[in-house]
Amino acid sequence: MATNTRVQPAPAVAAAQPRPLRGRSGFMAVFRHVILLPGVVFFVIPLVFMVSTSLKALRQIALFPPELIPNPVLWANYPEVFHYAPMHLYFVNTLFLVLPAIFGAVFTSSLAAYAFARLRAPGKNAIFIILLSTMMVPAFVTMIPTYILFAKLRWVGGFKPLVIPYLMGSAFFVFLLRQFFLTIPRELEDAAFIDGSSRLRTFTGIVLPLAKPVLATVTIFAFMASWNEYMGPLIYLSNKKQYVLSLGLQVFTDAYGGEWGLLMAASTMMVAPVILLFFFAQKHFVTGITMSGLKG
Amino acid sequence: MAATTPALSTPTARGFWKSLRGREALSFYLFIAPWTLGFLAFILGPIVASLALGFTRYDIILPAKWVGLENFRDLIADPLFRISLGNTVYIVLMAVPLGMVVSFLIALLLNQKVRGMAAYRTGYFIPSIVPAVASAALWLYLLQPQWGLVNGFLDLFGIKGPTWLASTTWSKPSIIMLMVWASGGTMIIYLAGLQDIPDTLYEAASIDGASWLRRLVHVTIPLMTPTIFFTLVMGIIGTFQVFSVVFVLTDGMGGPLNSTLVYLIYVYRNAFVFFRMGYASALSLILFLIILVLTLANVRLAGRWVYSEVEME
Repeated sequence: MATNTRVQPAPAVAAAQPRPLRGRSGFMAVFRHVILLPGVVFFVIPLVFMVSTSLKALRQIALFPPELIPNPVLWANYPEVFHYAPMHLYFVNTLFLVLPAIFGAVFTSSLAAYAFARLRAPGKNAIFIILLSTMMVPAFVTMIPTYILFAKLRWVGGFKPLVIPYLMGSAFFVFLLRQFFLTIPRELEDAAFIDGSSRLRTFTGIVLPLAKPVLATVTIFAFMASWNEYMGPLIYLSNKKQYVLSLGLQVFTDAYGGEWGLLMAASTMMVAPVILLFFFAQKHFVTGITMSGLKG
Repeated sequence: MAATTPALSTPTARGFWKSLRGREALSFYLFIAPWTLGFLAFILGPIVASLALGFTRYDIILPAKWVGLENFRDLIADPLFRISLGNTVYIVLMAVPLGMVVSFLIALLLNQKVRGMAAYRTGYFIPSIVPAVASAALWLYLLQPQWGLVNGFLDLFGIKGPTWLASTTWSKPSIIMLMVWASGGTMIIYLAGLQDIPDTLYEAASIDGASWLRRLVHVTIPLMTPTIFFTLVMGIIGTFQVFSVVFVLTDGMGGPLNSTLVYLIYVYRNAFVFFRMGYASALSLILFLIILVLTLANVRLAGRWVYSEVEME
């Protein structure tokens, strides 16, 4: 089809085919589905079977070919999970990590971001460059000395090592929020400031409400990072009553090997909130990822 | 504004802090204070400490002992250091390009007016938001040799599947498969990049008679090189740090026979199982150096293949 265009007057062709790479023939459209459909099945089917297996008895799990929809549907794995591990407790413990992380992102980081975006001070540029360079330092570099610090403070075995650093914000969030604050017109803040509002009041009263979309993105990032966090809890928590969900899953991977229904039920409990959040805030997930390219 | 700076900043220090300009600076320092505190305590301090720790022997209980280069000499002779580095490099070399190619192909196919495009996009993306620990648990089940879904699928074609995580040959490919499955974030980045390519370029190429393949090679890919470069750099940095998934899949051991002993699991075991903090710090420093050198090399090489719009402007 493309070869025909040479003999025809070019502008007419361009007008007739405004989007040359987009689907033109029915064959291509079908072909695309032929590739996309099996692909998407490969990506989604494991999760479908996670849920399906969580509703099966061991006898049904060993069936081949496996049943997509269990017959009969067995709900007992879910209550059974609580029998082996206090998932409700793990859930609450996980929130103990998630909420401070969100606070650190929404308040601490945005406060610093606002300062970098708006306020003038000697040394600001140098500090900003330091901030940017900390984004290049992988977490494992600071892991051991930080552990020693917390060991000396006798914080190991509690939540403080998993909470306090996150309350202090992160360079990545500061950077992301600063970029957004730079796009907000100054005039609104100037008016409030001239009317005698303090800088802090201007920030919390005017800037933060305007920044809701980016704050939502940052909140999701912080939530995902702390919900998924594994190495930190693994290092710092030893008492089973303090476990978070990511550690709690391990109860089913080591001690009860072979109890696939239970393992899948516990996994579903951990994954479901994330998927739900995704469907409610899909846009923020996508903008967050394209803005940063960082994955959980 | 710049012209007024000298006049405002020359008076005495006390005068400066009382001026409007000084109060603004004061607010700045107050606003960044919490972050600065965190930075000093949890980033700068630890970085400086880790530089020193690598040259000590330290188990937390007894005082640290300066041993000079001993840790680094031990490291060269340590077979597990070589094995863990080799395993990690293998996974990086396979998982990063595979994840990129698969993501790019899916993004290409999705960057069109396909019916059900939003559903497809969601389907490909969702595995990437599954918590690492949960996806490891899930693949533990899928890769179960007797009746796991993967071998069940292979059985349909009369292929007897391997024992995956229990086999030294297939344990690393298992991990790579999981990583490719979870690479939807890269796909989203590519999709956003593809959507930024102006249609006019494709139109111009079509008018010149360029086929679909030639438009891909001469328009799409060159314009996507900055995005590809970005995902390459981030992919290498991230994959060298693979930990949680492998830890859960192998019960923290990196087995069978150390075939999945990745670098950070070895660091973890030295630091938090054997409490060899000095040696573990030396290991960390080496990994940091490797990542740094690779990133710098990538940036250096970028000039040869990454398209830059700056020249045009």
